[in-house]
Amino acid sequence: MTMLKVNLFASLRETLGTGGLELELPENVLTVQQLAAYLVEHQGADWAILQDATRVLVAVDQSVATPLSSIEQAQEVAFFPPMTGG
Amino acid sequence: MISVTSDDFDISELYERLRANSNNAGAITTFTGLVREFYEPPVGSDEPRVLSLCLEHYPGMTEKALASIVDEASQRWDVLACEVVHRVGKLTAGDQIVYVGVASTHRGDAFAAAEFIMDYLKSRAPFWKKQITSEGEHWVEARESDANALDRWKGA
Repeated sequence: MTMLKVNLFASLRETLGTGGLELELPENVLTVQQLAAYLVEHQGADWAILQDATRVLVAVDQSVATPLSSIEQAQEVAFFPPMTGG
Repeated sequence: MISVTSDDFDISELYERLRANSNNAGAITTFTGLVREFYEPPVGSDEPRVLSLCLEHYPGMTEKALASIVDEASQRWDVLACEVVHRVGKLTAGDQIVYVGVASTHRGDAFAAAEFIMDYLKSRAPFWKKQITSEGEHWVEARESDANALDRWKGA
């Protein structure tokens, strides 16, 4: 069991009604994709939005990642919509 | 130097600092992005009016993403000194939102590096804009043209 911080930003934070949560992850959750599935299972069907890779980006330990990226050893995973700065 | 702040900035101070920090520079490019005038619906129309923007970011990752964009620009061009300032929080039409300053030996590198940094910042740094209108709030959608702007740097 390791502790992981999950952050949500912008429209995702508002849609899911939380800025994030801290989780104790089971050992078989090893990738971003598996984390998203775990969240859908434990937090509710609304969270399936995180599995839409065309509308949701992800960062592992504050670096942009992909659904297949490993989250082993990670401290923090963030989900957010495409960026609109500048 | 990278700065993410809710405060306004003074480009003459930023320019002087850049000039002081860049020995032997032959060129300094500065870019300032402003919040455009919002679309005004015709008189009598019931379309909502945009009142302001609110910028959210991912503290920690934002600074890292901007530093990595500046690093990449420094590997591609001769960059003697560089500074990026990006504002967050509530902004209205005419407000300064972003500043990029690049000092280089020659102008070509100063122009290219500043433009590269702006292009990447728009779709690779974790900022999100929300429009506050007379009838509620909505998040600004990412524009394909901003993502396409990165393609021209791929072979450069």
